[in-house]
Amino acid sequence: MSETQSTYNYKVVRQFAVMTVIWGIVGMLVGVIIAAQLVWPELNVAPYLSYGRLRPLHTNAVIFAFGGCALFATSYYVVQRTCHARLFSDGLAAFTFWGWQLVIVLAAITLPLGITSGKEYAELEWPIDILITLVWVSYAIVFFGTIAKRTVSHIYVANWFYGGFILAVALLHLVNSAAIPVSLTKSYSAYAGVQDAMIQWWYGHNAVGFFLTAGFLGMMYYFVPKQAGRPVYSYRLSVVHFWALIFTYMWAGPHHLHYTALPDWTQSVGMIFSLILLAPSWGGMINGIMTLSGAWHKLRDDPILKFLITSLSFYGMSTFEGPMMSIKTVNALSHYTDWTVGHVHSGALGWVAMVSIGSIYYLLPRLFGKAEMYSVRLMTVHFWVATIGVVLYIASMWIAGVMQGLMWRAVNADGTLTYSFVEAVKGSYPFWAIRFLGGVLFLSGMFIMAYNMFKTIAGGRTEDAPVLAPAGHHA
Amino acid sequence: MDINDLRSIVTVVSLLTFLGIVWWAYGMKANRKRFDEAANLPFADEEADRQETGRSGKAKGNAS
Repeated sequence: MSETQSTYNYKVVRQFAVMTVIWGIVGMLVGVIIAAQLVWPELNVAPYLSYGRLRPLHTNAVIFAFGGCALFATSYYVVQRTCHARLFSDGLAAFTFWGWQLVIVLAAITLPLGITSGKEYAELEWPIDILITLVWVSYAIVFFGTIAKRTVSHIYVANWFYGGFILAVALLHLVNSAAIPVSLTKSYSAYAGVQDAMIQWWYGHNAVGFFLTAGFLGMMYYFVPKQAGRPVYSYRLSVVHFWALIFTYMWAGPHHLHYTALPDWTQSVGMIFSLILLAPSWGGMINGIMTLSGAWHKLRDDPILKFLITSLSFYGMSTFEGPMMSIKTVNALSHYTDWTVGHVHSGALGWVAMVSIGSIYYLLPRLFGKAEMYSVRLMTVHFWVATIGVVLYIASMWIAGVMQGLMWRAVNADGTLTYSFVEAVKGSYPFWAIRFLGGVLFLSGMFIMAYNMFKTIAGGRTEDAPVLAPAGHHA
Repeated sequence: MDINDLRSIVTVVSLLTFLGIVWWAYGMKANRKRFDEAANLPFADEEADRQETGRSGKAKGNAS
């Protein structure tokens, strides 16, 4: 069956992989700027550069631009390689790349102008929402079309996670973005009151669960075994891991609305499902880390594995912390404090960014016909700079958060508040400065990565690898 | 039957489905082989790996 010497479509993978690094720098730079604005409020120089407008730009850029490009790049690579088939449609794949970049550029223009629907992590106004829908449907067609034309019988578990992520995000986006437009740049949510809040956080938490978890677990299930040179620790555990996540994540959203107008029983359901989530999360983490058992020595001098395995450690930490914070009595202390911010970044920097960086380091040399990155040393430097950055970030936010929670709830014997709000703000300054430093370190790591990337690309070839029949599958 | 009965039924059916999946993954001996095959899928195309990384020959890495 040598009639088709077709090749894999690596062009779109290359494009998304390079843009992952570029958008990573942009998104994290905006993060560093708003961290600086908290320490030095004078930096709020103009309305369109004020904290309130830049903050959604930061979250959109790191989640959807950086994280999104990493997910597109790795899913397109993994689905082709594990299905032994070229992408279903080159044209649609190219449309997902250019369409997604257009969404990002539109976000970068509209958010600083103050054009927002006000829904956290879904701030973009309705015309952009429609463009996102078109890109996402194309993505689903390309991805599932490739799975349909696979030349092997099994669908590898990484593709299940990517597929679950694509379907769930489509559902979340369509339901939460339903709105009534009043002009080109303004719309109002189709829901009202507490229903709107519940739908928003059903969306918000599943954006974490499916955009920021399921897709990146797809990365874990391909790149950890590949880089470790051995199959995943337990395939059947990965099957149960997948379905357990699917069945539980959808119900955890109410923990974002503890002690609000949301009915009490709904809050309790959200808390219980959040606690249950600990089991699949840790099952997946253990499955990833144990894949390395017997090959631990590889961690010593392989920076890609360092990134991947450290990301799993942070995943384990933040998925332990999350269920704890969803307990109502703990949440009474932690909610609205910087503890939440620390928790999010332990997941976002420690897990999502690190697993993406490791996977992109794996991909870049392969996509440009090199044996390895230009400098393995610089990858190791990047790893340590990034790790120290994350640790500074989350440690300072833990301290600041618990301090804020304790100060806000402290009361005198006569029932009056012990501290005014501004006293907690004053107490937070040193920790916000440390957080700024942690962010600067993490961002510096991304600049090191960009330098290494461009040096690797220089003089590289961009031929696509041929689609070969699976080994031991002689036809 | 009001909608809350339907909600309860969906919850119970979901739990049973999940338990069925656990049994399918862990309880059925016959699945061992298919899981092994699937787990090895990332390693079924090492020729493509060689083409990607090998052709440029000598490693140019290690910051020189």
